[in-house]
Amino acid sequence: MTIRFVLFVNKQGQTRLAQYYEHLSLDERRALEGEIVRKCLARTDQQCSFVEHRNYKVVYRRYASLFFLVGVDNDENELAILEFIHLLVETMDRHFGNVCELDIMFHLEKVHFMLEEMVMNGCIVETSKQNILAPIQLMEKSS
Amino acid sequence: MEQLRTIGRELAMGSQGGWGQSKEFLDLVKSIGEARSKAEEDRIIARELEHLKRRLADPDVPRRKMKELLLRLVYAEMLGHDASFGHIHAVKMTHDEALPLKRTGYLAVALFIDERHDLVILVVNTIQKDLRSDNYLVVCAALTAACRLIGEEAMPAVLPQVVELLAHPKEAVRKKAVMALHRFYQRSPSSVSHLVSNFRKRLCDNDPGVMGATLCPLYDLILEDPNAYKDLVVSFVNILKQVAERRLPTSYDYHQMPAPFIQIKLLKILAVLGSGDKQASGHMYTVLGDIFRKGDTASNIGNAILYECICCISSIFPNPKMLEAAAETTSKFLKSDSHNLKYMGIDALGRLIKINPDIAEEHQLAVIDCLEDPDDTLKRKTFELLYKMTKSTNVEVIVDRMIEYMINITDHHYKAEIASRCVELAEQFAPSNQWFIQTMNKVFEHAGDLVNIRVAHNLMRLIAEGFGEDDEGADSQLRSSAVDSYLRIVGEPKLPSSFLQIICWVLGEYGTADGKYSASYIIGKLCDVAEAHLTDDTVKAYAISAILKIIAFEIARGRKIDLLPECQTLVDELSASHSTDLQQRAYELQALLGLDKHAVESVMPSDASCEDIEVDRNLSFLNSYVQQALEKGAAPYIPESERSGVISVGNYRSQEQHETSAHSLRFEAYEMPKPSLPVVTAQGSMSMPTTDLVPVSEPGYYKEDHQVSRSQPSGDALSGEFGVKLRLDGVQKKWGKPTYSSSSTPSSSTSSQQASNGGSHSDGGGSTSSQTRESSYSSKRQQGTEVSAEKQRLAASLFGSSAAKADRKVHASRKTAKDNPSAEKVAVNNTASQPVKEQVIPAAPPPDLLDLGEPVSSSAPSADPFSQLEGLLGPTSASPVVSETPASSSSKTPDLMSIFSDDVQTGPNSGSTESTLGDASLLNSQKGATAGAAKKGPSLQDALQKDATARQVGVTPTGNNPNLFKDLLG
Repeated sequence: MTIRFVLFVNKQGQTRLAQYYEHLSLDERRALEGEIVRKCLARTDQQCSFVEHRNYKVVYRRYASLFFLVGVDNDENELAILEFIHLLVETMDRHFGNVCELDIMFHLEKVHFMLEEMVMNGCIVETSKQNILAPIQLMEKSS
Repeated sequence: MEQLRTIGRELAMGSQGGWGQSKEFLDLVKSIGEARSKAEEDRIIARELEHLKRRLADPDVPRRKMKELLLRLVYAEMLGHDASFGHIHAVKMTHDEALPLKRTGYLAVALFIDERHDLVILVVNTIQKDLRSDNYLVVCAALTAACRLIGEEAMPAVLPQVVELLAHPKEAVRKKAVMALHRFYQRSPSSVSHLVSNFRKRLCDNDPGVMGATLCPLYDLILEDPNAYKDLVVSFVNILKQVAERRLPTSYDYHQMPAPFIQIKLLKILAVLGSGDKQASGHMYTVLGDIFRKGDTASNIGNAILYECICCISSIFPNPKMLEAAAETTSKFLKSDSHNLKYMGIDALGRLIKINPDIAEEHQLAVIDCLEDPDDTLKRKTFELLYKMTKSTNVEVIVDRMIEYMINITDHHYKAEIASRCVELAEQFAPSNQWFIQTMNKVFEHAGDLVNIRVAHNLMRLIAEGFGEDDEGADSQLRSSAVDSYLRIVGEPKLPSSFLQIICWVLGEYGTADGKYSASYIIGKLCDVAEAHLTDDTVKAYAISAILKIIAFEIARGRKIDLLPECQTLVDELSASHSTDLQQRAYELQALLGLDKHAVESVMPSDASCEDIEVDRNLSFLNSYVQQALEKGAAPYIPESERSGVISVGNYRSQEQHETSAHSLRFEAYEMPKPSLPVVTAQGSMSMPTTDLVPVSEPGYYKEDHQVSRSQPSGDALSGEFGVKLRLDGVQKKWGKPTYSSSSTPSSSTSSQQASNGGSHSDGGGSTSSQTRESSYSSKRQQGTEVSAEKQRLAASLFGSSAAKADRKVHASRKTAKDNPSAEKVAVNNTASQPVKEQVIPAAPPPDLLDLGEPVSSSAPSADPFSQLEGLLGPTSASPVVSETPASSSSKTPDLMSIFSDDVQTGPNSGSTESTLGDASLLNSQKGATAGAAKKGPSLQDALQKDATARQVGVTPTGNNPNLFKDLLG
């Protein structure tokens, strides 16, 4: 298990997407999200994109008003995770076209589906945008 | 123009929300999006939940509507509100025939509950059914759900089907089946252990996606048992080679880097397989060298691969050439302006110094820059590095820095970690006892509640034992300095309990030893401690015992003792305490006051805490008593083993064990009462020492409770009591290394001399390289040398450079005449190179890793949506046709890895299909980032179409929160 959670949070600290790869109760999630977001928001652009929090290492990246946070194990390659976030955003961008926060909000389930294709059991399993999007496009077509 | 764009976006937004979504849903999303505070958001969701409860109670909600309600539930839970009343509806939705609804159902179930939840049992059946579906997308959805929801109990229900699906004709299904099996392995390795060979088979799958996914379970398996997979080393190396040579389809490329995530996973695997294995590592050097050579240090992803390479090289059997390449890359990271790269560089350095400690020398200044950086993450990482490179020569500087940092942080998790590291380093490398005690004081003062209590016991023992040599003078000096410092500190508020225990113990034992402080002064201080910590019984117990000891020592010296009024109050209070332990101690004190000098001396000998006690296991001192009893007609004692009718309890030892392990059930019958027993009980009940002396051999903490022995007039038993207190079985005794030279011990050992010589020697090498670097920038040097001199000193002391000796008194004694000239020279060189570095770093523009305007290589297709869809679908339908022939041909060739070379043909083919279908974006992305970013934004036609839908639905977002419309990649 490498990736423990994926979070999208906006500048106001509101969660836009949350996917946990290990079980946490609602209260635990709420607390974790609050703490981490506070930590990340306090950092400047020059500082590292990595934050240690409890036993997680959080890799984050900011796009416009939205923060993408990925919690990983301690021995994970942080730079690779940073680029994984970018890959995810590029994939969303290819699907939605100029993806913005509202796209994610309106199509929460689709973003989740993309994430399901990319990450399973906390591991990165698929990184070809074509393969990630194919099932989602097919599903849209069939409905 | 900007305005037009925004309008276009808004129209587009309205329409995108328009596909099958109701106004209600859009309004909800909009209001959440525009909520200005968490409180407002909470209100919206609370209202929404009320509404949803009513709606879901309605039996005839249309299916499509249901999906939407479910998503609203997902929102509620995501924003932290309990929506468990709706979980059952998510389960129901998984039964739906329509794929989007089914998949949404599975998604919601996986988000709401985990495999231990009761509702899961209702989903297992559906998953089972869906795994048999003809529609491969349904099978995929079921496999994805299986990964999230199938626990150990439900595993047998789906396992056979999952295994069957490993050979499914669709690669997407095979990939997910591999991952489902991986999940089952994670959950319960034993129940799928017979199936792990499937992973080996899938590694040779002719779809790169399946192969890439298979690396995940294989990595776990290899971590578990590397030796079982040594035969795959060559295969992994081959795959890595082919990936690096761009033999995978171009769709796996990321920023012009061939399948970087697969490369990284492979490097991780190789690192494990090559660890300590010269032969396996031998296969890897070539490909690692290739990757280094091709390495792209300009992009994040290129650096990510290089970093993984360094990790791999530092893990496998060392190869000088590889290490050189790794060190070179590491130094590039460290010299970078990007904090992210510096961070990676520090981490990489930490790995490399394990193999070759000299590598750090060259980067000392970079490391110190990172240490002093305001960025907390970088600082912590640097402390981690320092922790790894601590030696006896630099321990003082490093631990001082760590403590300084520790004092200033509030994060308990990390504070505890860094405190325990300080303790560990101090125990391992302390140059002098004095320093050790001072360091420990600081750690205890600021993080005493966070460190293990054993550390406190260890410190007490150290103060009691002293140097362990016959140097009483130094020992007592050490103790009086400890007493001095504790008397200074003790008045401070909010000291941690464990620290107070140490203080009390030391004051009691040694407070009056040097005659500097009067007994009443110390007793007064101890009473203050006890009063200030009314709730802490342990501290009070330590305090009262310390008072007792001081009084005893005073009486033994023949002085008269009058109890201070506050002390009397304390004793009275504790005599009536609820804690029997405290009561006991208070009564003992009172009893002691009535004894004469002689008795007190034997009861409480001065400074006897380290004396060993001899345990009289035969209880020979009872002989006369036993004799007396026998004479009075008591039955003689028969050893248990000789008694008849005793079944299992053989000897004394096993009986003791039986008693201590009181938790286990005893299945044998109890023996009948015997005539001989009275003697045994008589022995036990009337002679306290017997029962009490027996557990003396046990760890000290336990012994603390048995204060009874103290009231016995046996001097042995008493000193034993104190000895036992410090007998720290199980405490690692790292202490006791030969003391290294420092101010307190001027007689430095020759070994440290040699070590420092070695250090200065290699440092000389490092500084010459920095000199060459310096020459190229020499024009720029004109910066404040004051800062650099200080840094220089720090660097020198950290990295054991001989330059430090010139500056630091501590090291001065170590310096020899021979060393001097070279050391001086090094110092000059280093100070000279310092300002240059200072200048160079801010010179280049800082890269912005969080840059919003990052070049984007992919772009939105500008063609109309239908052809775009075909473009995306095209390759999936086309690739089987193309790859079928290679697949059959590959089965003939023995080299399974050659399949990927066939994929090269597939790559361009599918690429061309795509481009003919009108998806221009792919070509753009191949050409590079420059063309891609320019052509963004939905086409006019697109927007109009979306606008029409928007009007139909009747929602046009107001745009109260313009951020919502901001392009993430724009």
